[in-house]
Amino acid sequence: MTDVDTLAALPAYEWDRARKRAFLLDELGALTRRHRRDCPEYGRILDALGFEEAASLEELPFIPVRLFKEYALKSVPEDALHRTMTSSGTTGQQVSRIFLDRETSTLQSKVLSRIVGEFIGKHRLPMLVLDTSAVVKNRAMFSARGAGILGFSMFGRDVFYALDEEMRLDVDGLTAFLERHRGEELLLFGFTFMIWQHVLGQLRQTGFRPDLSRGTLIHGGGWKKLADQHISSERFRSECRELCHLERVHNYYGMVEQTGAIYMECECGHLHAPVWADVIIRRAEDFGVAPAGESGLVEAVSVLARSYPGHVLLTEDEGRILGEDDCPCGRRGKYFEILGRVKRAEVRGCSDTYEAK
Amino acid sequence: MKPNEAYERLCGGDWSAARALKPFSGEACAFLSDLSRVLMETPEARAYADVVTFAFFCRRSELERARARYGEETQRRLGRGMAFHIAPGNVAVNFAYSLAASLLAGNVSVVKAPSRDFAQTRLLCAAMDALLDGAHGALKNHVNVIRYPRERQEVTQALSQACDVRVVWGGDATVDAVRRAALRPQAFDVTFPDRYSLLVARAQAVLEMDENQVAKLTQAFYNDTYLTDQNACSSPRLVYWLGEGEALHAARARFWEAVRGYAKARYPLEAVTAVDKHTAACRAAIELGAALEPMPDNVVTRVLAPRLTLEAQAHRCPGGFFVEYADTSLDALAAVCDRRCQTLTYLGLDAQTLSDWVVKNGLGGVDRIVPVGHALDFSLTWDGYDLIRTLSREIVRF
Repeated sequence: MTDVDTLAALPAYEWDRARKRAFLLDELGALTRRHRRDCPEYGRILDALGFEEAASLEELPFIPVRLFKEYALKSVPEDALHRTMTSSGTTGQQVSRIFLDRETSTLQSKVLSRIVGEFIGKHRLPMLVLDTSAVVKNRAMFSARGAGILGFSMFGRDVFYALDEEMRLDVDGLTAFLERHRGEELLLFGFTFMIWQHVLGQLRQTGFRPDLSRGTLIHGGGWKKLADQHISSERFRSECRELCHLERVHNYYGMVEQTGAIYMECECGHLHAPVWADVIIRRAEDFGVAPAGESGLVEAVSVLARSYPGHVLLTEDEGRILGEDDCPCGRRGKYFEILGRVKRAEVRGCSDTYEAK
Repeated sequence: MKPNEAYERLCGGDWSAARALKPFSGEACAFLSDLSRVLMETPEARAYADVVTFAFFCRRSELERARARYGEETQRRLGRGMAFHIAPGNVAVNFAYSLAASLLAGNVSVVKAPSRDFAQTRLLCAAMDALLDGAHGALKNHVNVIRYPRERQEVTQALSQACDVRVVWGGDATVDAVRRAALRPQAFDVTFPDRYSLLVARAQAVLEMDENQVAKLTQAFYNDTYLTDQNACSSPRLVYWLGEGEALHAARARFWEAVRGYAKARYPLEAVTAVDKHTAACRAAIELGAALEPMPDNVVTRVLAPRLTLEAQAHRCPGGFFVEYADTSLDALAAVCDRRCQTLTYLGLDAQTLSDWVVKNGLGGVDRIVPVGHALDFSLTWDGYDLIRTLSREIVRF
């Protein structure tokens, strides 16, 4: 397995298909062997599959991402654990628990920094978090939202939270922040739905039009709630432009089970797999690999999952590969779009309290 | 509580004004057989397989056959009075079976239909209402279908206080919640909580079939499972094979390939179901040490358990997920036949052998032993209760 420093130093979007595939197969093959040896539950799944060796990326065994909500899957001893990440979930929902040792945690931070650097440059920028500081104050339990903000905060300085604890826009504070950093490039970060609901929503109501034209917004967390309200990516971008002169808007796709190796949206509106990660689209009918252009279930792979067996995951998202190595933005690797979460059918049967276990 | 308040009335009249009847009363039989005829003649109703099955259940000849089984006993029995039924929330037609059994036993019936708006429920209620307003006005106050949100515990309480017997279908949580509403001292509950069901198959029997017989078997098994998303209590989720060696291997391959082919052409496999089933297979691998049996697609997902323990039955997933186990005798099957086990579907064995085996071993469960294809057939004896006798009282004469 490649050492952490070498891994983190790889060029994010330069390698072509052949080179990247050879690298990923090597690295993920080694991770598969490690997790099989060190994570008993994962080992039993591979035994059950009768898995031996993968001759291609697509042959690597994938496990459903939901297993992280049901089992404590880890490949390091208790005393090596550095921190536990959890997905954000509403009350009563099960949350994923991801166990990180120091090495994995460091690797995640370094890679995230490399990817974000490709979009905002290497220097720390004054940072505007489009959320409330309340979500990061309880550090005992890392929620995905809090962890995301703290993770991205390392790219910023003079971090300012645009919303107060009641989710009200802090107009005075924001005005002062912009005054302090007049003429400077800015980093903006937040979660898509929070931005739509609380930031753009309040701007729409108030007539307050801050000038964020020097800002680069990075936002993630999923489109599900916005898709439910029929808000498209274009609508989101145009509101950003009209309400606060924000032109550079990059969505990203990522999951707490594969923190670090996020998929950033380029200037053309395409999500890009960096060198450390990839997506494979699978047909629901037989889990066969779907060619570019065909939508299916998203399998996400990441070479950063060293302390837990999350390197090859079958998600519950649907997506479509748009191309590989030939995006007009110049970045190499696969580029794709996410079409949303697979729909959960209404359950028939005679047990009226059934819930997915 | 005054009747017809606090809930939505889908059909019926004033239950408090009606009296009990004797089992298989002329009124009840005529009403149900007319209902059967009306449903069979309504194209809209015929579009629903579950409605057609219900119509078949209450056709005249079927009712006559059932009545004959009780003979002159019906002359000295009377319905218990008011029967309050709570139907399961996520099946459309179950409420109608509960109602039919209750009417045949002679009860004034109040049935809480699922709060979810099923087309089948509306259709059945409209058909019943038309009959009750027409030729069957005599039963108008006996046949009541209502609907209210399950959170309205005060409605459940009021009806529970008023009834002589309460029939509760649904998950364990529903049964618990309903039981918190007290009954009158003489009243009692008949509960139909969550159960699970199995298939016992003799490998050699599958090998001895010709292609035509395999095709029939496959259709029968499909109807037991995929037709209701394999989510009914009576749908097998575990397959117990009797056999060994090459014959076992060949029988399993032949059976599952046939099931796969049949289901692939008919069963709409949702993406989320494919993921759910793979997740269930991983769970079975982790907890049971089960092996995933390779299949060419995701229509049938199956795992082979190395040992059969009670935990194996908890590994379920609607939409075509099966835990298999193979042995040379029935001995190991007892482990999964606890009180929650409802139906043994059989293939290549006879019902007598199986029921003798259940009795001899004093098993906690197994209430039904039916051939493949009949797992979901409703009968007036359900979950170990003779519904006619349970829902009526016997007048002893000397």
